[in-house]
Amino acid sequence: MNLLEKLDAAAAARKALLPDGVGAFGIPIEEVYSATEARIGDRRVLLLGTNNYLGLTFAPECISAAHAAIDREGTGTTGSRMANGSYHGHRALEKEFAEFYHCTSGIVFTTGYQANLGTISGLVGSGDTVLIDSDSHASIYDGCILSGADIVRFKHNDVADLEKRLRRLGDRVETTLVIAEGIYSMLGDQAPLADIVRLKKAYQFTLLLDEAHSLGVLGETGQGLVEKTGLLDEVDFITGTFSKSLCSIGGYCVSNHPQLEQLRYVSHPYIFTASPSPATIASTRAALELLRKGGHLRKQLWDNCTQLYEKLKQSGYVVGPDPGPVIAAILDTPQQALLLWRNLLEHNIYVNLILPPAAPEGKSLVRCSVNAAHTPEQMSYVGDVFSKLRSLVN
Amino acid sequence: MTDSKYDEIMQLLCDRLSSLTNTHIEITPETNLISQLSIDSIKLLNLIMEVEDAFDISIPINALADVQTVRELVDLIYKIKTTA
Ligand SMILES: Cc1ncc(COP(=O)(O)O)c(C=O)c1O
Repeated sequence: MNLLEKLDAAAAARKALLPDGVGAFGIPIEEVYSATEARIGDRRVLLLGTNNYLGLTFAPECISAAHAAIDREGTGTTGSRMANGSYHGHRALEKEFAEFYHCTSGIVFTTGYQANLGTISGLVGSGDTVLIDSDSHASIYDGCILSGADIVRFKHNDVADLEKRLRRLGDRVETTLVIAEGIYSMLGDQAPLADIVRLKKAYQFTLLLDEAHSLGVLGETGQGLVEKTGLLDEVDFITGTFSKSLCSIGGYCVSNHPQLEQLRYVSHPYIFTASPSPATIASTRAALELLRKGGHLRKQLWDNCTQLYEKLKQSGYVVGPDPGPVIAAILDTPQQALLLWRNLLEHNIYVNLILPPAAPEGKSLVRCSVNAAHTPEQMSYVGDVFSKLRSLVN
Repeated sequence: MTDSKYDEIMQLLCDRLSSLTNTHIEITPETNLISQLSIDSIKLLNLIMEVEDAFDISIPINALADVQTVRELVDLIYKIKTTA
């Protein structure tokens, strides 16, 4: 089989799963009306498949900051921080992130994906070990692969399993990086951070937490799981993304270890890529400010999350263990998930379809992402439609 | 390299692979995990966790890059187990 034939074979496998070419992946969104509504084909749909957790995609503060930055500094930086310079906005945002987490250092990356790639591959290398949750995001897996370190997985959110694997590492724990996520994007569950920190004290590994889905969502000021659990000082490195609650593009890493600064000189995903555009940085700075003061948005978000999570559970769906902005209905087969996904779209509700092997344990998911801008009426409608469709997928 | 440990690893792997894949293909040391057994990457990674527990060892998943056949997997596990 040549290279192109291999791609054909992969395409055939995908088509076998989605027989009549349903565009479940990469569905065309023709027009976006608001943080909660858009047009798909000729349907006006409710958006429940975005990561717009605080509903800030159209926040006037962010839009005007982005406009002003374009007027002032142009559309792009046309190069990397190292070769082409750091704009005032890049440095200011790094300072603001460090301050937000009460940390001494912060680095901004061009995407959240690169934040994980750049941080992990900057921290560990050949001969070191990374111990990662089996449900880790692809950016964590790819960062580990790029680093050349030995990669060992522990069972998802299973602290006893993590400890067993730490014990096996023996002296190698000293050069081991353990990685977990604040909220896992598949089932919406949270890492058992207190237990992981207990192990950190006993075994003395380095700990990285990816707050991609928990930034803005957990904790009084929205720092994420570190704030909710009061364990900010115990986590060595925190990464995250601007692409979800901050509604732009980019990523960050913050730490109290001064060695974080060294990543700017060794980390290829930081160095060999263009820096975020002025508009991106400006809207992110405005959004970070809204996020920090966004207690009322978090309350609205959590009211919505609890309402939909409970409704799905009551209607007999198997859902993830924790309520939160990611609410997944777990189905046994891809056919059931596809049927549910398609019927939701018929009812003008857009959610995410996740099939094996992307979904954990061979299951399939119909995943909703709730946001602060959804109204209680929209949430009731979605809950009622799910409830009505339950018998269809049984 | 056919001591009893090696045979034990081979036996355990063949058993686990046949229950994982549900195929009627006879599993031999030369069976290719991906092209013949269609083991997807996640299944393989989960199998590795089971093997780690069965033999109380750490198998870095990056070491799997060089593994195609059942024998190569057994060789890798044997090497780790005997140098641990
Ligand atoms: C857990 C996690 N980490 C990192 C990323 C990457 O973020 P970005 O979209 O900014 O590349 C994502 C989202 O895609 C994610 O879910």
